[in-house]
Amino acid sequence: MRNVWTITWRELKAYFVSPIAYVVSALFLVAMGYLFALILTSTRDTSLRPFFNNMVFVLLIMAPALTMKSLAEEQRMGTIELLLTSPVHDWQVVLGKFLGSFILFVVMLLGPTLYYVLILQVFGPPDYGPLLTGYLGFLLVGAAYLSVGVFGSSLTQNQVIAFFVSLVILLLLWIADAAGSVFGAGALSDALTYIALPHHFSDIFQGVVDTTDIVYALSVVVISLFLATQVLQTRRWR
Amino acid sequence: MPEAATNGTATIQAQNLTKWYGNLAALNDVSFDVQKGEILGFLGPNGAGKTTAMRILTGYMPPSSGTARVAGYDVFSDSIEVRKRIGYLPETVPLYTEMSVWDYLDFVARLRAVPDRDDAIERVLEMTTLAERADTLIGKLSKGFRQRVGIAQALVHNPEILILDEPTIGLDPKQIIEIRNLIKSLAGEHTVLLSTHILPEVSQTCSRILIINDGKIVAEDTPERLGARVRGAEHIHLQVAHSAPEIARELERIQGVLGAQARADGVYEIETTLGADRRADIAALVVQRGWGLLELHPVSLSLEEVFLKLTTEEVAQ
Repeated sequence: MRNVWTITWRELKAYFVSPIAYVVSALFLVAMGYLFALILTSTRDTSLRPFFNNMVFVLLIMAPALTMKSLAEEQRMGTIELLLTSPVHDWQVVLGKFLGSFILFVVMLLGPTLYYVLILQVFGPPDYGPLLTGYLGFLLVGAAYLSVGVFGSSLTQNQVIAFFVSLVILLLLWIADAAGSVFGAGALSDALTYIALPHHFSDIFQGVVDTTDIVYALSVVVISLFLATQVLQTRRWR
Repeated sequence: MPEAATNGTATIQAQNLTKWYGNLAALNDVSFDVQKGEILGFLGPNGAGKTTAMRILTGYMPPSSGTARVAGYDVFSDSIEVRKRIGYLPETVPLYTEMSVWDYLDFVARLRAVPDRDDAIERVLEMTTLAERADTLIGKLSKGFRQRVGIAQALVHNPEILILDEPTIGLDPKQIIEIRNLIKSLAGEHTVLLSTHILPEVSQTCSRILIINDGKIVAEDTPERLGARVRGAEHIHLQVAHSAPEIARELERIQGVLGAQARADGVYEIETTLGADRRADIAALVVQRGWGLLELHPVSLSLEEVFLKLTTEEVAQ
């Protein structure tokens, strides 16, 4: 675990010297602030539920931007050779990279939105149950997206390609259930419906925590990071 | 070679290493040993397979076939144990340009689980004369300094084995001498494997040279003996229909011919001075005397070919 943390820590420091972290979090907060204000003034409801539902979509674009650099840049600069010849397992490199982006996400993207909770508190205490599960959903969505982003970044040494590959994977996950309806009722349709992203998080934002949804998010993380590790390993064989 | 596997003194044992890139063999059945405390130089033109061999030994990529053991551990199945014992400077120096020299070395030292990181970093900064640049961002360093940061990185955990891919590339002559002296001072305690495409580099630093060309080892010896083996001559193969004792003598009279020896009935090997093609003169003589020319072609001695390539490359630089 110390190896993972070493890589995570370097990743975090690298984020703060590159403009990506600041640009992405600023744009995210501008978009979310606008949506928050708009939703609050129109619904006059002290709840973050519509806010969270919008966030799932905005983050779809922001997460790949945060992770596009992670493994792609190492491959472009040749520093991957340092990591892969250090006494560190490939999965530790991948996990370290993922945790770096996840911590950045929590601190720079999720953290500042707690300010909205304070604003709600001023206008009338919100229902804290759905608020807490909403933030749990926020964390799960972020983790799932970022892990897909790390996988996309493992595939190429070009950050732009990494961004678009991750974005397209996430978009396909987003609309997978639409494809499911094409096949009619059946196992394939059920499977496609299951892997579709949006409905897994609508419940949690309403305050209903279903283990299926948590398992779903964690599965996306584990599978993505596993695949990224495999990609790194197959690079060695070329 | 089962006896080589049990040989406890060889720190690096590579056996029949082959690496295919598609249908191109970057390494073709290469075997060699590096003894403890020795400095072995890989010498070969660019693209000869030096980097591939080093990448296999450091666990960066597995061989297509063959095995290698480093410090007694298999590079493939005990990769992590091997990596702990190796300091590696890849061909492309793996630097994070946004980090300071100190932070970068600290990162590598953490990855390498160095116990007293500050002491270790101070030590390698001293060794590579980088102490004054400790707080400089790597992105702002010149190529020579970056190369030294790469070497410092390979030394930070005081590894048993050092694998340095072109360690002096991009350095100015003064820095080259410094780095060569540094490498020489590491011998004994450390086992060093370095690669270069510059001939004098190996003769000045290495105790043994391995010449690689087109993925194969073409020669392996001490620098002195390798030099003696290449006497600066070219060889020509001649075959004539008639055999006569005076032919060799007559051939030797041609200007530029150093010697001619009968190898078989009517077959001669002619040695000429380097860089002068005497085939036309030889053919003219054979025809004039009516010996009956059957065959005339230069003999390529792979070792000399490689040396020629290496020496011409250095002139070109």
